[in-house]
Amino acid sequence: MNEHAPALVVMLPIIGAVLIMLIRHNNLNWSIALLSGISTIYYSIILYLNARSLGTISYAMGGWEPPVGIEYRIDEFNSLLIALIAIVSFLILIYAKSSLNIELKKNKISTFYSMYLLCLGGLIGILSTGDAFNAFVFLEISSLATYVIISMGNDRRGLLAAYQYLIIGTIGATLYVIGVGLIFIITGSLNLYDISIKLGDIELYRPLLASLAFITVGIALKIALFPLHAWLPNAYAFAPSVGTAFLASTATKVAIYLLIKYLYLVYGFDLVYSNQIFIFVILSLSIIAMFGASMIAIFQSNLKKLFAYSSVAQIGYITLGIGIANYNGLIGSTVHIINHSIIKAAIFLAIGCLVFSSKIVNIDQLAGLGKRMPMVALCITVSSLSLIGVPGTVGFISKWYLVLGSLEQGWWVVVFALAVSSILALIYVGRIIELIWFHAPVVGMDSENKIPFEMLAVTVLMTIATIYFGIDTRLTGDLAKIAVENVLLGEQL
Amino acid sequence: MSSAIYNFISSYNYYIIIFLMVSGLFIVVSRGNMVKKLVGLALFQTSVYILYISPGKILNGTAPILDDGYSVYSSPFPHVLILTAIVVGIATLALGLSLVIRVNEEFGTIEEDELFDNELNNE
Repeated sequence: MNEHAPALVVMLPIIGAVLIMLIRHNNLNWSIALLSGISTIYYSIILYLNARSLGTISYAMGGWEPPVGIEYRIDEFNSLLIALIAIVSFLILIYAKSSLNIELKKNKISTFYSMYLLCLGGLIGILSTGDAFNAFVFLEISSLATYVIISMGNDRRGLLAAYQYLIIGTIGATLYVIGVGLIFIITGSLNLYDISIKLGDIELYRPLLASLAFITVGIALKIALFPLHAWLPNAYAFAPSVGTAFLASTATKVAIYLLIKYLYLVYGFDLVYSNQIFIFVILSLSIIAMFGASMIAIFQSNLKKLFAYSSVAQIGYITLGIGIANYNGLIGSTVHIINHSIIKAAIFLAIGCLVFSSKIVNIDQLAGLGKRMPMVALCITVSSLSLIGVPGTVGFISKWYLVLGSLEQGWWVVVFALAVSSILALIYVGRIIELIWFHAPVVGMDSENKIPFEMLAVTVLMTIATIYFGIDTRLTGDLAKIAVENVLLGEQL
Repeated sequence: MSSAIYNFISSYNYYIIIFLMVSGLFIVVSRGNMVKKLVGLALFQTSVYILYISPGKILNGTAPILDDGYSVYSSPFPHVLILTAIVVGIATLALGLSLVIRVNEEFGTIEEDELFDNELNNE
């Protein structure tokens, strides 16, 4: 079975999704979801180990040889992200059962698990496929599942958020297809590896540039890069807590990987980065995201919305590394994809605990939380501190590499921007920490459900991970280094 | 002058595609009615189908069915892709419309101006 692992990591969640939809049994759905989650983890780890020992794996889907058939290309970079996403989404699944019982109507729970797994399958598909059009199909599979997840919560505004995201997301995906279509017209191929070879001796520069623009803007809509982020805050705020934690820690990260793949592996470093305007746009949008979104976050009163805007800002850090485009900058990006995924999972899971126990949605309701729910309060505090990048937490590691990268380029403005945006993050996080620990509890907030063990355990585990990977970077930093060295810069070095 | 006309005629399909694309996108941006927005979105997606299919046509080529009488065939590849894209488009449209139905049930209107001002931005 192991040689079919590239297909299995995509198929297992999708099979689970279909099974849950067919069986629709209220006690079985969780077990099926867990089962397909854990088997996905198993095969994703096998994939990673194989990619490390054997080098890039090329898997011909259905036995049709590339470039005609659909190829799945697994290297050290995407298999690392597949393993990350599989593990994070499995942990969130463990957490999901109790949380969904409170936040969803009974008859919707099976559908939720099904959509969750479908989305997971789609995301892993985007990561592993080596075919431009196949990536579009998986993009739409995961997006459609995401729209359903967002609309399922008890808050009716989720419907509007889902609709808004559906319009923007479809425009994004369609722009991406236009870009792929242009590449297809130029090269006559859809296999990304094949395209990257054929683009080497293409003289038609303008259509190539147009396709680069379409693909970048299309994916940027999915990433929620700053001016294109309008869908994200509402979507995160009104989705069920489990959905928010899942989307925040996986969906945007996968889109970022797709962008990196196009810039570095398909178009190639030389073509993209000989274009001054492109770098300028990416860098300035990232910096505006770091400032603008943090500024907006400071004035939010809805807890989930605050951290949604902070996500937009953090995405700015990741794209900043892509714009810096040297060794350290890319490591900063890659590490921050992993780290931000862990941090945001921890934060949104902790918020899910708060919603579970006392329906907290606004920041004012956090007052005195340190006395009422010390464990959850501690989790929010610690993971928020990682968001700022306090030394000893994961956020510090990513920022360290980003600062190193921009120093190497001699871009002092960028270093300055990194420092100032950290201060902005300190302001919105500081407000929360102050309310939690230094304010008296609000009266009449004691209608508390006891938080179940597994919810608390997953939240604490994620929080511990934000500290552990901040001190011991062997698992995150070193694997990211290997990924960047062997995959992204393999041809330049 | 004549070469400009020749250029236009030889690639007139692309002008149609661009016109459809831009008008679809314009409807999405300018209309406040949720159903009309989806119509614009469908138009936008459909224009992409033609973008894929039209370069597959080869002058004097026939349908790609092997036969002794013919040696030039159009490329079947884009059709296969677009079949998939049409399915994706239908799924998106169906989901979008069902969301609109649910919005209408919950809020009693499908005009975005009223909905978004009153609900999403009102905190």
